[in-house]
Amino acid sequence: MDKPVLDIRDLSVSFLTERGLLRALRNVNIPIDPGRIVGIVGESGCGKSTLISAIIRLLAPNAQIDSGSILWRGDDLLDLEPDAIRALRGDEISMVFQDPMTSLNPVLTIGRQMTDVQHRDNRSKAEKRARATRMLERVGIPDPVEQLDRYPHHLSGGMRQRVAIAMALMTEPGLLIADEPTTALDATLEVQIIHRLQQLQRDFGCAILFISHHLGVIAELCDEVVVMYAGEVVESGSTRDVFLNPRHPYTQKLLDCDPARIKKATRNLPVIGGSLPDLVELPDGCVFRPRCDISIDRCRSERPGLEGSNHCIACHLARQ
Amino acid sequence: MTNRAGFVRETFTALRKDSLGMTGLVIVVTILLLTLFASILSPYDPLEVDVYNRLVGPSWQHWLGTDQLGRDVLSRVLYGGRVALKVSLVAISVSMAAGLLLGMMAGFGPKWLDRVLVICFDTLRSFPTIMFALSIVALTGPSLNTVIGIIIITSIPVYGRIVRTQTQAMRDNDFILAERAMGASTAHILRHHVLPNIAAPLLILASMDVPAVVGMEAGLSFLGLGVSAPTPSWGSILNDGYSYLRNSPWPIIAGGIPLILVTLGFTFFGESLRDILDPKLRGKGGKF
Repeated sequence: MDKPVLDIRDLSVSFLTERGLLRALRNVNIPIDPGRIVGIVGESGCGKSTLISAIIRLLAPNAQIDSGSILWRGDDLLDLEPDAIRALRGDEISMVFQDPMTSLNPVLTIGRQMTDVQHRDNRSKAEKRARATRMLERVGIPDPVEQLDRYPHHLSGGMRQRVAIAMALMTEPGLLIADEPTTALDATLEVQIIHRLQQLQRDFGCAILFISHHLGVIAELCDEVVVMYAGEVVESGSTRDVFLNPRHPYTQKLLDCDPARIKKATRNLPVIGGSLPDLVELPDGCVFRPRCDISIDRCRSERPGLEGSNHCIACHLARQ
Repeated sequence: MTNRAGFVRETFTALRKDSLGMTGLVIVVTILLLTLFASILSPYDPLEVDVYNRLVGPSWQHWLGTDQLGRDVLSRVLYGGRVALKVSLVAISVSMAAGLLLGMMAGFGPKWLDRVLVICFDTLRSFPTIMFALSIVALTGPSLNTVIGIIIITSIPVYGRIVRTQTQAMRDNDFILAERAMGASTAHILRHHVLPNIAAPLLILASMDVPAVVGMEAGLSFLGLGVSAPTPSWGSILNDGYSYLRNSPWPIIAGGIPLILVTLGFTFFGESLRDILDPKLRGKGGKF
């Protein structure tokens, strides 16, 4: 297998807050191989956004990196100078945001914004426009030439998200980070965008880091899944393994809660009891223990590490 | 560039459908043309004294009559417009540019810089303008440049605060973060993304500011703190006519009307611009 394009190793990030140190990410390991689509699932507050911010080095000023490294083709992103990291952003690593209604500048035309992304290229305006047109065509926007002179508010949410994807892929990045790109769209559009992303991924050969809390989307799109809980990776592996044979109790419960899997008509949707632990005062031992049904004494005292070769699980009980 | 031309054309088309804005634009353009071509249009030299014909009413020789020294009031009003124009043009562009720069620094820069600049803005704004002007003039003596300087100093905080607030509102927008994630530098973001977003309110403010600045110049000149004696300014025309108001109201009326027209014209124009430049109403039918 190739060397990973992006290799997150033992990454821990915390925020200095008034209450104390909020440990948002703890010893996170995620390798992303070239051309693979890796999905990250987890509920709100599990550290997905912090992880993205850490990769593109746009963490809030009160954040500190406690340990670990983020290797980009072998170089540690955390060691790079601000100029060097800026050169990577938008060129090698691109991003698509959650809400297409706010991720485009409302007062500039689509064409202007799309030529603007190519600010590193020494091409003529006409060439940049032509490239923008081709790109819009590839993401499935009808009459691309016409759209270039329109403003974002002329377009629907799905269209805007396509424009955002086109902009992100403009520089043919090695890694595309998609932060819940379909959450703000309705179900039909979601499917369209997912298929389009798959198609584009095959054409461009870039790796995709796909963040979502929609399990169906992850199952449909991703090659590999990383399940995060409260700032830790609790289970990771191929999509097939994790979805068909979930071994961490959190993953099992998460899958049980997926409305798509509920066969019987019911008044009450299943929930995972309890809530996320306080990240300032973490419990000893396993971070999921307070909400876990099957915990044993060992879970109280000892924090389980992520173990396994392909299908990794962080649970004392999963090893048997 | 086709974009920009389209933008101007679109704005103008929208403006043409708005009768109030169009009235404002016509008044503004008329005043601009009259003052720009004052040297051609004026029937007399505005400084030429004719003591035999002092304080005569309107006639075919002197359309707006003459003042206490027999100077032609129409010529003085036309030339007075030049002073008003010069003051507003220089003062507004300088204070807008400075306010833009400082406001963006405050809105986008580190917190301590924001605090320092806001304190400076507030300090400047806490002086009553006329008291501030009086004390400066007392120190430097009356001159047009002093007037311009005073207006600039008192206007910078106004522009600065607006720009700061607007920039701050922009700063946390997703598209700014998206730009950062796409590798744009701070300067690039400010110039290409923040500036176009705050340009509209700034232009509107500038347009509405013209009457205020013209009025301030007239006020200072009326008090004798602005232009020096023979130079005509709308304020000094008012001051000259003031003593003869009972017998010959013509200079006062002639000096006052352009002030009213400038105020109305720029206010109408600014109001209409405000509606048109809102990108959310643009091209959607909306109000027009």
